[in-house]
Amino acid sequence: MKGMHLPDIRMLLQGASPRSSEMFPELNNLLNTTPDKAEQGKLTLLCDARTDGSFLVHHFLSFYLKANCKVCFVALLQSFSHYNIVAQKLGVSLAAARERGQLVFLEGLKSSVDVFFQAQEDPHPLQFLREASAGNLQPLYEFVREALTPADNGAAAWRCPVLLVDDLSVLLSLGMGAVAVLDFVHYCRATVCCELKGNMVALVHDSGDAEDEENNTLLIGLSHQSHLILRTEGLATGFCKDVHGQLRILWRRPSQSTARRDRSLTFQYKIQDKNVSFFARGMSPAIL
Amino acid sequence: MAAVATCGAGAGGTESMAAATSKSNVTSFQRRGPRARGTDSGGPRLVSIAGTRPSVRNGQLLVSTGLPALDQLLGGGLAVGTVLLVEEDKYSIYSPLLFKYFLAEGIINGHTLLVASAKEDPADILQELPAPLLDDSCKKEFDEDVCNKKPESDIKMKIAWRYQLSPKMEVGPVTSSRFGHYYDVSKRIPRELIETSKWHGFFLPEKMSSADKVECCSLTPGYMKLLHFIQNIIYEEGFDGSNPQKKQRNILRIGIQSLGLPLWGDDVCCSENCDSSHSLSKFLYILRGLLRTSLSACIITMPTHLIQNKAIIARVTNLSDTVVALESFVGSERETNPLYKDYHGLIHIRQIPRLNNLICDESDVKDLAFKLKRKLFTIEWVQDNYLRQERNIYPPGFSYLLKQKDSAWGEGSLQHSTFLMSFLAKATALASRLVRDREPLKQTGSGRIRQAAGLGLWHDGCRQEAPGLLGIPP
Repeated sequence: MKGMHLPDIRMLLQGASPRSSEMFPELNNLLNTTPDKAEQGKLTLLCDARTDGSFLVHHFLSFYLKANCKVCFVALLQSFSHYNIVAQKLGVSLAAARERGQLVFLEGLKSSVDVFFQAQEDPHPLQFLREASAGNLQPLYEFVREALTPADNGAAAWRCPVLLVDDLSVLLSLGMGAVAVLDFVHYCRATVCCELKGNMVALVHDSGDAEDEENNTLLIGLSHQSHLILRTEGLATGFCKDVHGQLRILWRRPSQSTARRDRSLTFQYKIQDKNVSFFARGMSPAIL
Repeated sequence: MAAVATCGAGAGGTESMAAATSKSNVTSFQRRGPRARGTDSGGPRLVSIAGTRPSVRNGQLLVSTGLPALDQLLGGGLAVGTVLLVEEDKYSIYSPLLFKYFLAEGIINGHTLLVASAKEDPADILQELPAPLLDDSCKKEFDEDVCNKKPESDIKMKIAWRYQLSPKMEVGPVTSSRFGHYYDVSKRIPRELIETSKWHGFFLPEKMSSADKVECCSLTPGYMKLLHFIQNIIYEEGFDGSNPQKKQRNILRIGIQSLGLPLWGDDVCCSENCDSSHSLSKFLYILRGLLRTSLSACIITMPTHLIQNKAIIARVTNLSDTVVALESFVGSERETNPLYKDYHGLIHIRQIPRLNNLICDESDVKDLAFKLKRKLFTIEWVQDNYLRQERNIYPPGFSYLLKQKDSAWGEGSLQHSTFLMSFLAKATALASRLVRDREPLKQTGSGRIRQAAGLGLWHDGCRQEAPGLLGIPP
C-alpha cells in the first residue's frame, strides 16, 4: 500500500511547488503583470539606496526575454558572464538569446578597455571615455536606436523593443553630466517608448547622505519622467540576516482602478539563491 | 624555496576554472561545470594555479588576501578579476600592513607582482614585506601565544562557554592548507625569496620624468601611465585569457598604494570642487575592465579620509568590488576608552561583491576589531557586552560593576554570568520599587488587577483609561 501512495504524493508536491526558475513570480504578482501581458510604452525607474538593487535588473532582464521582447541591455556594471549565470538561475540563457538576435548586449567593462587602449575610427558607443572634455551620449543613443529598430525586411519577430540600463549612475562616474544623461534618457524614451512602442528600464543609485548633487539631479529628473518607480532601501535599523531590505512600489500614473493607488505598497524582501520572497513589513517568516 | 614548494596544487575543481578562462570570448568569470569543461576539451589540460581555490558559492577562482581571517570575512577570499579597496586609517599605520600581506602572499605562492606607488619605491616596499610563518614555526608561534595567555595551562577547561557558539574569527593555522598564510610582522621576508620572484614596479616619479609628452586625455597623466603599464604587462605576459600562455598559468597580483593622493596629480584630496573629480572613478572603471578580462587581482589603498567630497567616495565604492575600511583608535577618544583596551581599531566590511549570484557571502558578524600583536595582525569579534555597554543598553552603574568583576573573573565565565543574571534581577526589583515609591498612580480599576498587571507598565502615571469594564466613567 505504501508503494502505491508514494508516487501520488510526489506528483502532488511537484504540482504544488511554484515555478521557482522563472524570474520572481512574487514580484510579478505585486506588479500585477506577467510576461504575456507586459505593458508597452512605459519607463520603469529602479532605484536603490543603501543596498544593492541589482536583483531587480536581473528580474526585468529575464522577464522581457521571457515575454519575447527584443532587448538591448547596456550593462555597465558587471561582465556578461555574471549576468548570464544569474539569468540561467532564473531560467533564461543570455548566450542563446544573443545568438538568436533577441538580445543586444553592450558590455561596458570590456568595451571600456577596447575604447581606451585602441584607437578606433568609427565612433564607439562609449566614445566619451576617450574624450577630455565632457562629451555627450549621442553615440550610445545611436547604438540603442540601431539595435532596437526592427529591420524592414524581416517580419516583426519580437513583440516590442526594450532598453535596459544597469546602471545610469556609472555614466556620471565616467564624467558625464547629469543633464547629458537626462538628455540621453529623453531621446531613448522618445524613440523606444513612443516611436517603437517599447519599454525602458533603468537603474539609478540613490547616494543618500553622500550629497552627490549630480546624482540627485538625475534621480529627481528621472522620477518625474517615469511611470513606475521601484525603490529598494536597506533597513534603517541596519543589517538583518532574514530581511534584506524593503521595496517601495510607486505608480506615477495609475493605469488601472483608483483603488490600487490607496494600497500600501511597501514590502520587505529576502533574496534567496534563485528567488526573492516578499512580505509585508514586520511579517518576516523569521519573526513569525 | 620550501615556501614555494608547500604551495602545490589546490583543490581538484581548479582545473576547470583555469581551463574555462582560456576561452577567448569570456572574462575570468566562468562557472565551473560540465559545459565549461566541454568547450575546452581540445585545448591543453591546465594544471591548477598555486595559491588559488574555487569558491564554494559561485565557482569563482579565489586568491587569499594574505590574512586568513579577512579571507573568511570576504566569503573565502578575493575573487580573481576583482578589486579590493582598502580605506586607509587616519595615519596609515595599519593599512600598509594589509597591503604588504597581500603582496607577501603573492610571493609565497609564486604569483607575479605589480606594485605601483607614488610615494615609496616599490623595491623598498618589497624589502619590508613580513616573513611568512610556515608550518613548524607557525605552530610554535601559536603555542607560544596560548601559553602566554594561560600559564597554568588550563586550556582544557571550558572558559567562555557563552561564546562557544559564536563564529571563530581567528582560528589557528591549518598546516595542510595551501591557501592563505600567516606572517610575522616583526621579521622581514628572506631576501632570496624576493630575488627569485617575479615583480614589476611602477614608481610614479621615475615614470613621469622619462616622458614629458602630456597627452590630452580625459585622465590625469599619472593614472594614464599606470593603466598603460598594467595593460602592457597583462598583454605581454599573457595574463589575459585570450593570448595563449606558454608557460605555467599564473596570477598577477596588483598593488596600488595610496591612490588619489596629490602625488598622483589628482586633486580630489585638495578641494571639494575639483576639476578632475572623474579621473579617479574613470581610472577605477577601466582598471576593473582590465582585471575582468585577465587572471589578476588587485588591492588598492586609498586615503578616503582626505577626500573632501563625499560624493566621490560613494562613487568610488560603487565602482570597486570589495571595500574594507580600517578605523584605528590612534588619536581618537576610543584610544583611552577602557572598553577598547584590547584592540587597536575597528575593521568595517563595507561592500562584498555579488558575483554570479543574486546574493553575496555576507558574514553575520558585523562588529569586528583588529589588533596588532607583537607578530600577528588579528581580527576579532568585539564581544557583545562591550558594545552593549557602549550603547547604554545595560542600566547605569552596571558597566562599572561589570568592569570590576571582569578583572577578577574571566570574561564569560560561569561566575560572570550568574552575576549578570542576579544583577539584572535585582535591578528590575529596584526599578519597580522606585516606581512604587515615586508616583501615586491614578486608580483606574480594582487594586488587585493593577498589581497583577505588573508595575512596569504603569510607571509613567499617565496611562490611558482602560476601555471596557475596568474604566470608571468620569
